[in-house]
Amino acid sequence: MTITLTLLYDRIRWDEKELLDSARAKGLNVKEVDAKTTLLNLNKKADEDYGDVVLQRCISHTRGTYASACLESKGILVVNKASVSEICGNKLWCTLALIRAGVPTPRTIIAFTPESALKAAEEIGYPVVLKPLVGSWGRMVVALRDREEAEAIIELRSQMNGALNQIFYIQEKVERPPRDIRCVVVGDRVVAAVYRVAAPGEWRTNVARGGSTEPCPLTKEVEDIALKAAQAVGGGVLGVDMMESPCGLLVHEVNSTVEFRGAQSVSSTRIADEIVEYAVNLVRR
Amino acid sequence: MKCSECDAQINVPDDAVSGEIVTCPDCGLNYEVVKNEDGVLLKPAESVSEDWGE
Ligand SMILES: [Zn+2]
Repeated sequence: MTITLTLLYDRIRWDEKELLDSARAKGLNVKEVDAKTTLLNLNKKADEDYGDVVLQRCISHTRGTYASACLESKGILVVNKASVSEICGNKLWCTLALIRAGVPTPRTIIAFTPESALKAAEEIGYPVVLKPLVGSWGRMVVALRDREEAEAIIELRSQMNGALNQIFYIQEKVERPPRDIRCVVVGDRVVAAVYRVAAPGEWRTNVARGGSTEPCPLTKEVEDIALKAAQAVGGGVLGVDMMESPCGLLVHEVNSTVEFRGAQSVSSTRIADEIVEYAVNLVRR
Repeated sequence: MKCSECDAQINVPDDAVSGEIVTCPDCGLNYEVVKNEDGVLLKPAESVSEDWGE
């Protein structure tokens, strides 16, 4: 029986094209569903034939998570699970999951008012990093070097609309080389490990911030931590990011809709093949 | 195809697929490619939202 794989998308990037190419090359029946025009009727078993497995690849994290939840309620197999997207899409949920699982992660304090946020920064000790709970590509992530800067930025943040902007996620600014390690985890394997090197004059290593990619040797330590972090958020196809701190590796982020173009550019394994095979094996299981 | 904003000519590559983004070479406006029975259409792309990407 030919397996039907549905790619749920809202925008086709290089990554999604790779996945489509790979799935077709493997002889799968491939469907593409545009999340922007689809309707998910919650009272019906199925309104559209989603086949055997859905690869949820929406660029909008919220849309993707909510769509996954609706599809799962109809008994459809979705990669990644809605619960995994939900955890990865919120820095606090993600950090809590990592801590619960004993995965090393930077020191973090949560505060609910600007005054206590300032106290949190002092307690950690400058410089600290203030991150929005929800957001991507390193947007609104700011380093606070001293009290003066912290006061200004925290004040600014507290004046922004949105209930989530009133929750202050403050983290130690880890001393590290100007790079981090990105592991692409697929199921129980790390299929690629790369360094993401910050662009000159930029401390954030996101490829979206101009960071570049270099090959990284997959040591036992990197592998173990990446797999443990992936398990901590519920497993699946994940991008685990870690920093090389003076006291060892620290995981600071797990991404549930991993962008793998950068990693692919320096990896010999075809990442899309691994992802598609993982989805197919879930169906066969 | 013409850009609705600046009237420049936008070339959609033959191998473009539905959901892909093409950019107007003159004004930089993004369009989403839609391919269906009627042929190829361009519709203005969604603008970047804070929850986009990893
Ligand atoms: Zn134009």
